[in-house]
Amino acid sequence: MRILVSFIVGGLFGAGLLISGMTDTTKVQGWLDIFGDWDPTLAFVMGGAILPMAVAWRITTGRKPVLADQFPAPPEPKLGRNLVIGSTLFGMGWGLVGLCPGPAIASLSFAGWEGVAFLIAMLSGMLVTPALRMRLDQKPAAV
Amino acid sequence: MQSDWLLGLIGGGIIGTAAAILLLFNGRIMGASGIIGGLVDGSGRHDWTERAALIAGLLIVPAVMVAFGNGWETHLTDNWMIIAFAGLLVGIGTRLANGCTSGHGVCGISRLSLRGIVATAFYIGAGGLTVVLFKHVWGII
Repeated sequence: MRILVSFIVGGLFGAGLLISGMTDTTKVQGWLDIFGDWDPTLAFVMGGAILPMAVAWRITTGRKPVLADQFPAPPEPKLGRNLVIGSTLFGMGWGLVGLCPGPAIASLSFAGWEGVAFLIAMLSGMLVTPALRMRLDQKPAAV
Repeated sequence: MQSDWLLGLIGGGIIGTAAAILLLFNGRIMGASGIIGGLVDGSGRHDWTERAALIAGLLIVPAVMVAFGNGWETHLTDNWMIIAFAGLLVGIGTRLANGCTSGHGVCGISRLSLRGIVATAFYIGAGGLTVVLFKHVWGII
């Protein structure tokens, strides 16, 4: 049952990404291009997605998930170095091509060799990150 | 232009509904980079079937929609060096930060998580700066 829910959720996620235009890299780069021909679509997508999720978080208080024992605990409100460095690196890659992990999968069937190449590079990056994280964590923070 | 915003809002609503279903039924966060990354580095071995099922849906449903619809294009650059470099940055960055647009952005901000809000500020800031530099200053993209 959990597997079926996961599949349906993935399908809805993909449909939403496609309909909203987030598999179109020009729309994503257009949103980031504040000094060019700015495209506000991504803000509407974000707003539209955050709304149902905010309601869902409200529902979780004092309840249990239908198919699980507990809801994910709130993350520690710790703003580590990895969060900042990682998000900055991610933002640079996102700006360069206009794809993030979700749309990279959702557009794979029609993105041509460029989409496949991006996915391979992204998966390679994900593969080496645990080793990279260990090295970073060994270094004392500069601040 | 206005229909783009409306489609954005509708598509966003579907994305948020998907994330809400995963949370309320399976008790999981719908973060694309975490779900994929856990399969790649082995940290998500215990629930790999659920991860694989979600990725299958994410891949197959748009493929079917594109097959029956028209006008969907990614407009990806064909500069393979940019693609490879950006792919590496997205892979490393999202795993290091433990989240991307869906995890930190949609799921994090909606629960007013400080980590999600800070991460989103940094990746949008870095993305904006990158577009300014590479497009308007250097003219590479």
